[in-house]
Amino acid sequence: MSPDATAKAPWLKIEPRREITRGLLYSTPLLAVALTVVTGFFIFLAMGYDPFLALYHFFVSPLLSFYGWSELFVKAAPLILIGVGLAVGFRANVWNIGAEGQLTMGAVAGGCVALAFWGEESAFTLPLMGLAGIAGGAAYAAVPAFLKTRFGVNEILTSLMLTYVATLFLSTLVYGPLKDPMGFNFPRSRTFGDEALLPILMSGTRLHLGALVALAVAVAGWVMLSYTIIGFQVRVLGQAPHAARYAGFSAPKIVWFCLLLSGGLAGLAGLFEVAGPIGRLVPTISPGYGFTAIIVAFLGRLHPLGIILSGLLMALSYIGGEAAQVEVGLPQAVTGVFQGLLLFFLLASDFLVRYRLRWRRPAAAAAQPTAAE
Amino acid sequence: MSPDIMASVLLTVISAATPLLFAALGELVVEKSGVLNLGVEGMMILGAVCAFAVTVTTGYSGLGLLAGVAAGMAMAFIFGVLTLTLAANQVATGLALTIFGLGLSSLIGAGFVGIPVAPLPKLAIPGVSDLPLVGPLLFGHDVLVYLSIVAVAAVAWFLKASRPGMILRAVGESDVSAHSIGYDVIAVRYRAVLFGGAMAGLGGAFLSLSYTPLWTEGMTAGRGWIALALVVFASWRPWRLLAGAYLFGGVTIAQLYTQGAGGIGIPSQVMSMLPYLATILVLTIIAAGPWKGRLNAPACLGKPFRPST
Amino acid sequence: MFKDLSRRRFLAGSTAAAGALSLGGALGGPLGAGSALAADPLKVGFVYVGPIGDFGWTHGHDLGRKAIEEHFGDAVKTSYVESVPDDGPDAERVIRQFASSGHNLIFTTSFGYMDPTIKVARQFPDVKFEHATGIQTADNVSIYSARFYEGRAVIGTMAGHLTKTGKFGYIASFPIPEVVRGINAFILAARKVRPDAEIKVVWVNSWYDPGKEADATKALIDQGCDVITQHTDSPAPVQTAASRGVWCFGQASDMTNFAPDWHATSILDVWGPYYIQRTQAVIDGTWSTAATWDGFKQGMVEMAPYNPKLPAEVVEAAESVRKAIIAGDLHPFTGPISDQKGMEMVPAGQTIPDQDLLGMDWYVEGVSA
Repeated sequence: MSPDATAKAPWLKIEPRREITRGLLYSTPLLAVALTVVTGFFIFLAMGYDPFLALYHFFVSPLLSFYGWSELFVKAAPLILIGVGLAVGFRANVWNIGAEGQLTMGAVAGGCVALAFWGEESAFTLPLMGLAGIAGGAAYAAVPAFLKTRFGVNEILTSLMLTYVATLFLSTLVYGPLKDPMGFNFPRSRTFGDEALLPILMSGTRLHLGALVALAVAVAGWVMLSYTIIGFQVRVLGQAPHAARYAGFSAPKIVWFCLLLSGGLAGLAGLFEVAGPIGRLVPTISPGYGFTAIIVAFLGRLHPLGIILSGLLMALSYIGGEAAQVEVGLPQAVTGVFQGLLLFFLLASDFLVRYRLRWRRPAAAAAQPTAAE
Repeated sequence: MSPDIMASVLLTVISAATPLLFAALGELVVEKSGVLNLGVEGMMILGAVCAFAVTVTTGYSGLGLLAGVAAGMAMAFIFGVLTLTLAANQVATGLALTIFGLGLSSLIGAGFVGIPVAPLPKLAIPGVSDLPLVGPLLFGHDVLVYLSIVAVAAVAWFLKASRPGMILRAVGESDVSAHSIGYDVIAVRYRAVLFGGAMAGLGGAFLSLSYTPLWTEGMTAGRGWIALALVVFASWRPWRLLAGAYLFGGVTIAQLYTQGAGGIGIPSQVMSMLPYLATILVLTIIAAGPWKGRLNAPACLGKPFRPST
Repeated sequence: MFKDLSRRRFLAGSTAAAGALSLGGALGGPLGAGSALAADPLKVGFVYVGPIGDFGWTHGHDLGRKAIEEHFGDAVKTSYVESVPDDGPDAERVIRQFASSGHNLIFTTSFGYMDPTIKVARQFPDVKFEHATGIQTADNVSIYSARFYEGRAVIGTMAGHLTKTGKFGYIASFPIPEVVRGINAFILAARKVRPDAEIKVVWVNSWYDPGKEADATKALIDQGCDVITQHTDSPAPVQTAASRGVWCFGQASDMTNFAPDWHATSILDVWGPYYIQRTQAVIDGTWSTAATWDGFKQGMVEMAPYNPKLPAEVVEAAESVRKAIIAGDLHPFTGPISDQKGMEMVPAGQTIPDQDLLGMDWYVEGVSA
């Protein structure tokens, strides 16, 4: 028995749950949100803002209109798309944290297709852009995959470094060769032609095809992880690398698979942004979706269907933050702090799913045998 | 290049490298204990704003430095509670810490925008500091620059030769065995994480009190992320970290000097890519070269641990 | 459902403008989209690209917003959203959020907000939009910007007098026309005083990275530049130049505090009067589409107080340029102007038309960028 645990909390015992109950899995995030609401209430109150109004705009007012819902999906789509890809990798202990760069390169590749066909678009343009987006993101993720499998270079660092390079590369293009010839020399490409833009699902909103694709990808990701051989291999490699080796799974193959998949999906998300809400190539495409998606993946417990929910919740916290700034005058800083709190509580609540706290009765504690993992 | 200019260039490199060095050195110790804290940027900026605010309010830069350290440690403590006590995922928690830190810093700093503060005093030894080249390079810094180098030596000694340092490495290499022979894994990691926070806070304080003695929102501008890269770049070795930080500072500064000298016909964005590409290249060379297999990464890096009692 | 809702809001908005009493209030709903009591304040919204604490561009616009609040008191209510990424997908939603929540006038304060501003304006014909540094107008979209290059001509003149080495350092953000124009105006003015002067430009590829701006300043000073000016937002270049004992010019805000001995002056963005005037126009019902590009004359650009340590003739030269620009006797872009290779681009006596200035992408002689 570890001396520390008893010394620190003689009355409380922490032990891992043998099996994770569904009820807890679903109720702990609600508990976390409730705790955030309570904490937020007092923070807003202390800062002199009407706490009811602030919370109302954070969590409720964006959901009161059809347009609000459509925006929620517009914002969540890239987060879900990237989050699902990353989750597959994280399950296999492949740590791609450069999705932001892969997103950028996907947008560049797909955007170049759109611009190459500018003025002569056809029904094939958009599918081709989609393929180019996936290829661009996947090719960019192939660099860390190659360096990891060939030389054993840590993918966390290479993928992160490549993110900065991608942003600068995009900037080189839009300040140079891809600059709109009619655009007063501002750093932006031509607007894509109509057939190079994603179809809008609901007129009057920005809800585009990409949102639907994101949901479909999440479902497909769930099926893949749960029911296919490669999904099984991914899970085994993550949970028991030794067992994976005994079973003869090729670890390099799975590393390649995970990075190409997550890179490709991030690239597709980038393309959806430029062919959807933005409509052209600009120096900054994503407000950090590639990084936010990492949080989304973990909040969704690395489960594709959970990621749909966490993506929507994350999107709500952004949109609600904007609403609170407009309506209540909260500074952006407060929304950032509030968002951080929400994430802390959600991450902490995970603990309750995996462990349970028990009041320790002295006799039972003494009888407990030491178990080494 | 005249000695004066050379000294000036090197001084610029040193001051650009010092905040990175502080933050990266802290993170190195954290990672050696098996914990990956991606929230360096968040701890750094909170350190920067608290150091600045306290210096302006009290008029004592020493108190400001302490406040920076304390702020970094407070952030690190949040991280510790979540990842060590509650076993939350370290990558996600680190990212959340950065979001939280950026928000909180601009909240604290709102009243301090546009206020100047006197920079930390530089060491000046009459006669010696005026020597060409050597004078300003060796004797022309403020106390934090010397502290950063002393800290490298101290951490190197601590990890290599001291008993707590060996325990820390053991915890990072194999938490389960360290635990089974009676070491308190969580307590060791808490100390490492708090040290990491203190150093990140100090790096932030250097930014807002010495490098550019002012406060503006988001002034760390991604340096926390560079610090993370430097740790791996240095393959978790303190002296290599020192070299890496100065090299990275050097490449960045060289890029600016080249531009000032009329450039070499390459878009400035491409020039800005160089430090990042150089890092990848060095990572690859270290991993693939004759040192192969000695990358030195702590085996338990990023894996949560709970004593199984 | 969406159409329904938005039409209701349009209706509410327009009745509010017409001053009808009960109807809008009844229809406005819980969000208060247009509760149209006559005493209700006019709502003015601002979309900012940076944090209000940047001490630069966004800080300047926020001073303008505060000027509105001070001038109109309870009659006008302002609100803002900070750090909305330029170009990105979020801007449209934020602008729309303002429009659909009963704001009557919305300022979008960065070039990258052009597409979303135009798009949302089309959906909310009763809301007035003002797009800073824009190039596209519509029935309910005005554009406005300041002729900062006039200020650049003043500090260029001063720099020409102050320099010994004839080399100026310019900390620049991104090569957009606004920045290119500023560099050109600066060196054209400086070379009228010091014909052999040249300008070294360092791009830091950021509006906002105090550390990198400081490093670039040091690099330029080491390379012999003895006057530093900047087109980035933080006071770091000014502070660094002062620590090296080099004259410098600030940007957007008065940066005297950061370099009391060496800060010659700053070019100030003064948005307040324009914002007050446009808000008044909405209140009076006289608002109409306009393309405003104002400078010294209208007070949209001002110089911060000159450093008292400056030689009198430098201040005199600066003031004579400023006054000549106000009087219309001097235009900073009047020929002869040559490009970097020395080829004449603008013959003597001719002035570059506004249309070309707006998209300027070439450097004049004396620029090394």
